[in-house]
Amino acid sequence: CQRCLALIRSTQFLNAYITVAEDSALKQAEESEKRYRRGQPLGELDGIPIAVKDNFNTAGIETTCASNMLKGYISPYNATVVQKLLDRGAVLLGKTNLDEFAMGSGSTDGVFGPVRNPWSYSRQYKEKFVPRSDSEPENSNWVITGGSSGGSAAAVSAFTCFAALGSDTGGSTRNPAAHCGVVGLKPTYGLISRHGLIPLVNSMDVPGILTRCVDDAAVVLGSLAGHDPKDSTTVQDIFQPFALPSLTDVSKLSIGIPKEYHVPGLSSEILAVWSKAADLFKNAGAKVVEVSLPHTHYSIVCYHVLCTAEVASNMARFDGLEYGHRSDMNKSTESMYAATRREGFNDVVRGRILSGNYFLLKQNYEDYFVKAQKVRRLIANDFVKVFGSGIDILLTPTTLSDAVPYMEFIKEDNRTRSTQDDILTQAANMAGLPAVNVPTALSRRGLPIGLQFIGRSFQEKQLLTVAKWFEKQVQFPVIQLEEVKKHDSSVLQHQKSASFS
Amino acid sequence: MTGLALNCTINKKSLFDRKHYFYADLPAGYQITQQRVPIAVNGSLSYSLCKDNKMSQMVTKTVRIKQIQLEQDSGKSLHDDARSQTLIDLNRAGVGLMEVVMEPDMCCGEEAAAAVRELQLILQTLGSSQAIMAEGQLRVDANISVHHPGEPYGVRTEVKNINSIRFLAKAVDYEIHRQIKELENGGTVLNETRAFDSKLGCTVPMRDKEGKQDYRFMPEPNLPPLILYDAKSLPANVNHQQVVNIDWIHERLPDLPSVKRAKLVELYGILPEHSFTLMNEDGLMDFFEDVVKQTQMKPKKVIGWILNDLLSHLKQHSLTAKESPISSFFLADLLNLLENGDISSSAAKQVFEELWKGEGKTPLEIVKEKQLELIQDQEELEQICQAVIDEREKEVMAIKGGNQKVINKLIGLVRKATRGRANPLLVKQILEKKLSE
Repeated sequence: CQRCLALIRSTQFLNAYITVAEDSALKQAEESEKRYRRGQPLGELDGIPIAVKDNFNTAGIETTCASNMLKGYISPYNATVVQKLLDRGAVLLGKTNLDEFAMGSGSTDGVFGPVRNPWSYSRQYKEKFVPRSDSEPENSNWVITGGSSGGSAAAVSAFTCFAALGSDTGGSTRNPAAHCGVVGLKPTYGLISRHGLIPLVNSMDVPGILTRCVDDAAVVLGSLAGHDPKDSTTVQDIFQPFALPSLTDVSKLSIGIPKEYHVPGLSSEILAVWSKAADLFKNAGAKVVEVSLPHTHYSIVCYHVLCTAEVASNMARFDGLEYGHRSDMNKSTESMYAATRREGFNDVVRGRILSGNYFLLKQNYEDYFVKAQKVRRLIANDFVKVFGSGIDILLTPTTLSDAVPYMEFIKEDNRTRSTQDDILTQAANMAGLPAVNVPTALSRRGLPIGLQFIGRSFQEKQLLTVAKWFEKQVQFPVIQLEEVKKHDSSVLQHQKSASFS
Repeated sequence: MTGLALNCTINKKSLFDRKHYFYADLPAGYQITQQRVPIAVNGSLSYSLCKDNKMSQMVTKTVRIKQIQLEQDSGKSLHDDARSQTLIDLNRAGVGLMEVVMEPDMCCGEEAAAAVRELQLILQTLGSSQAIMAEGQLRVDANISVHHPGEPYGVRTEVKNINSIRFLAKAVDYEIHRQIKELENGGTVLNETRAFDSKLGCTVPMRDKEGKQDYRFMPEPNLPPLILYDAKSLPANVNHQQVVNIDWIHERLPDLPSVKRAKLVELYGILPEHSFTLMNEDGLMDFFEDVVKQTQMKPKKVIGWILNDLLSHLKQHSLTAKESPISSFFLADLLNLLENGDISSSAAKQVFEELWKGEGKTPLEIVKEKQLELIQDQEELEQICQAVIDEREKEVMAIKGGNQKVINKLIGLVRKATRGRANPLLVKQILEKKLSE
């Protein structure tokens, strides 16, 4: 725990954490040690330092969603997933940075500033980096983490914690996982409780899990999944936690390659990695088939309509009266609301609220909202058809390219970026399917590239088993950070966090 | 339950929606309600009215129930005009409510009041709600419009802030009157929301809710459709307590007020309007039944005492039957004395008044104290009768002359002389005997 805290301090320039709960974390670590000495640990997660994205409610710790609206807000309760982790002895190090209210694909639009990708400071990146002009200052070439759970991804990637919670609505866990070279799991919708996760899109949000290896993700999943009476959208079925078998024989596996995911903006590098991965499976004896998900290219517009509509609804509760920021304007209730919301929300949030309200107007409802719901059904059915025809897992890229330098990223606005970046991850949210990013290789620039596996509903075990096999095959390199080396050379060895030392 | 009691079709699948608007008492910025598919639709409510205020002429009317929907309550706002601020109490925000929407089948305040009263009784019988308006357990908003016969319905106004059934009738009638006057003066009725001012007895426009709002309805994503089952559709291996079985509930519905009233009439031989009043007044039916249990007097006679003597006293003092200073036990006692012939009915009324003071004396004690027992001694009675006959020569002459009615005057005099302690029938007998001698 102490090592992690020290690492957090020395990697502060990454801006991955909004709040570090040093005192309570140390106390929790102490309690955990006592339990181990007694020979009574609470389970695999006892004593494991974790971080939580700042849109999950944590009792007694500030929860801001990286927004002025909630700056200084101390939650009175723990989100169900946070409570589950704490109940199993996990040590909560702090709350990680994100795009404001989880809206964005870069983790650059929060009020606490952007998150820097730890790989920007890795030896691998620095070696390959070619400055474009001599006048460019040293520190401006860092790359983004991706978003919106960038803080969580960076935290895990930089070894400041062993696992982190993110959220995934359109790819917000898988996207930064790919850019930061960590495993990012989006579980099936309805498997893990959303109670206490400040909602973005209720019908698509899920808590996401970020870890350094697939086995860890399975462990965390095991402790989080299951019905929660406080969340009526969780399924009633009893969940059985599982350990992942080590797959040796993939000949019975059928891998689908959706041709529509070969989108125009896809970088040639990623395309090459994707092909290589497909070949890997083929050569190992698996059946690799090209499949079609014909409605894929509608998913982004569909997502925009449904997402903004739900956002407009979910953000309506922020009026300054009960909690959070409240404007000094007090001429009338309406003016106070308007001023509070203008002051509390950034452009991105306000933009989405306005769009969403437009789509929900009586005269527009049928044309936009209902239409989008119908398209959503079509998208989901694409997957049903493909999985029904014998395909076990789909293999796709996660992102269009490796991480972009911050200076380049901000040249386009949030909405444009989201439209571009979500395209490969978004459909899984529409259909509620589980998906995982597995770090695969380094790009020419020395930055991580990840590939995405999409599985059948509630078949996380199968999904992660295949992901684990793949992970073993590709042997993704460990990040080489100066800061980490300074603190502890043993950390650099790829440890299974289940073995607590 | 309420849906079944109101003869509604229960939607086995109903949906939840969000209704968006900004108001300080709505913390989420939206209210969860059932706009698309509510839980129950197309029911009816039957209620009774007295025609021309005569209890003996009761009419049964029906109002159609459009739907029943489940929704969330908002908080409460208290306006502090002195300090130009509004205080918000959020304690009840989010609590579940049931909204019953009626069709515009009623035509005046009296009908509205009777319909709501019947609904109140039904809710109380089912246990769905105590439905006490003064405590906000039942809230009523009235929608009123006027039109000439044969023409389409006029523009309606909504009237809120009605806190009792009595005020409901008043508000409706006032609003009807106001709208008619407005139209007759060449004006128009605005589609607005008005508040009922109970002190002034009129409706006034409400400042806050202006203009037509687009509520931007959206399906509630956090609540899956509500599925109810009946015996046919109940899945096999499901926990009995986890699902709602409509048929199971239907079998266990208690007797509704209309059924109860019919049973009272049959059981006790009382008139329908009697049973109506018994059920209409809070606690009166129980009181009546308690008395009947404890007395030999026939229910048909008891009812007179309950509805005339007891009820009028209760009303005068604004008390409910449960608060009656005369217990059912004492009243039964009193009626027994009357039934046994120990006292006359006028004496009984005197005792009643005394009991009403609630000083704890039993009827028997009062009778003894005031010496109200009927004179049982035949001789004593004869003596008194004789005395009266001797005094009243003129009347005796008249009776002997054929005018039988005058005997009542003599009976009255005997009564006066005995201070109500003489059995009038016996007195009449004695007098007649004496006069025919």
